Amino acid sequence: MTASAPRPPQGWHESFKGWPPPVLDPAGPYAAPLNTLTWGLLAMAALVMAVVLAALAVALFAPSAWRRRLGGEKLVWVAGLGFPVVVLTLLLVWGLSLTSRLTESPQPGDLRVRVTGEMWWWRVAYLDASGREQFQDANEIHVPVGRTVALELESSDVIHSFWVPRLAGKLDMIPGRRNVLRIQADAPGVYSGQCAEYCGGAHALMAFVVVAHAPQDYALWRARAERPAAISPQHAAGAAVFERSGCGACHAIRGTSANGVAGPDLTHVGSRRTLGAGVLPNNAGTMGGWIADSQAIKPGNRMPAFPVLNGQDLRAVSDYLESLK
Amino acid sequence: MAAMIGLAGLAACAKSPEGRSIPGADPALGLAVIESQGCGACHQIPGVDWPRGQVGGSLAGFAERPLIAGRHPNQPDVLMRWLRDPPALSPDTAMPATGLTEAQARDVAAYLYTLDDR
Repeated sequence: MTASAPRPPQGWHESFKGWPPPVLDPAGPYAAPLNTLTWGLLAMAALVMAVVLAALAVALFAPSAWRRRLGGEKLVWVAGLGFPVVVLTLLLVWGLSLTSRLTESPQPGDLRVRVTGEMWWWRVAYLDASGREQFQDANEIHVPVGRTVALELESSDVIHSFWVPRLAGKLDMIPGRRNVLRIQADAPGVYSGQCAEYCGGAHALMAFVVVAHAPQDYALWRARAERPAAISPQHAAGAAVFERSGCGACHAIRGTSANGVAGPDLTHVGSRRTLGAGVLPNNAGTMGGWIADSQAIKPGNRMPAFPVLNGQDLRAVSDYLESLK
Repeated sequence: MAAMIGLAGLAACAKSPEGRSIPGADPALGLAVIESQGCGACHQIPGVDWPRGQVGGSLAGFAERPLIAGRHPNQPDVLMRWLRDPPALSPDTAMPATGLTEAQARDVAAYLYTLDDR
């Protein structure tokens, strides 16, 4: 590479691929009908708007013979009542039939994943066929291409809304309820999503991605994700800082004594694309900055700033967490 | 003659921008690297709107500062080494090795040397 050749920055653009999520660009069989419905409704609305404006123009400017025709009671009954009732009913039936499959209960053969909205991140639990939790992750949902995934959407605090525009419509996550949303990606890729219901101060900083893998890559990913953390000897000091500082009260790292459930599972945190639910690229530097003072980055988030670690401890614990791939 | 030598000495000591310019480096690319790495997680950096971290302090006016991290002379070669591997220079620093390539470190240094508006 010569000195003048472009040097693309690494990290951010890769981490934030697919962001912001495009709408009206469906990438799966559950999003495509929504696209059809959106354009259909828009076309219908445009047509009705055009007819109404034409009638208005006639009423204002046309010769009196034309205007007289608009004045009768018959037009009110037909165009004012009959037409909207028929058209809106047809659109409603059409829309419901297009979207009914999106929210069906999990079917045999569906992959099951429970996504819980938290202030302000996404808890992701992979379930077996009977609905039992196998392992947890956060802010990324990994799926195989071409297979329906039934997402069981819940909330642990306030109402959030799960929206990954290229794969499905928005669906609220409501405390005390379980809403099912089915997604499927047609091609491997990263599909970004965002909380779409105002849920408090950091609402705008609550993003996630759906990562679609080819089936064999998905099997590899899942085998790795199920494994407990592997701690190499060179990161023993960082692991000790993690334990000593009480991080395990809120965070779990499978295979260690850390078993907290308040915050995201960190078993494979080093393999995530971003930190803080889609707000920072994930590297040793941003990890250190997040741990020391996440409040300056994402004000109000539930993790306190940690002004108790010295520089070396902060680096050690960050390196340790980054090593958990 | 003596006066000329004196003047030359004065010029060498002055914190002129030329003294810190980095040939062949591109400040704009440096800013892109800063954003891609998320340096804002710890530093307030003019030109980076968000985040504006407070862990490592503000880098406003960095070009005018005599020292890097309060310890090392603020010279291009030192800065480029610092940007790639701070613990090699200060073992107790919180700033980790960044994984920047040499070219990226040059560009980032060039950007930091544009920050002279305190």
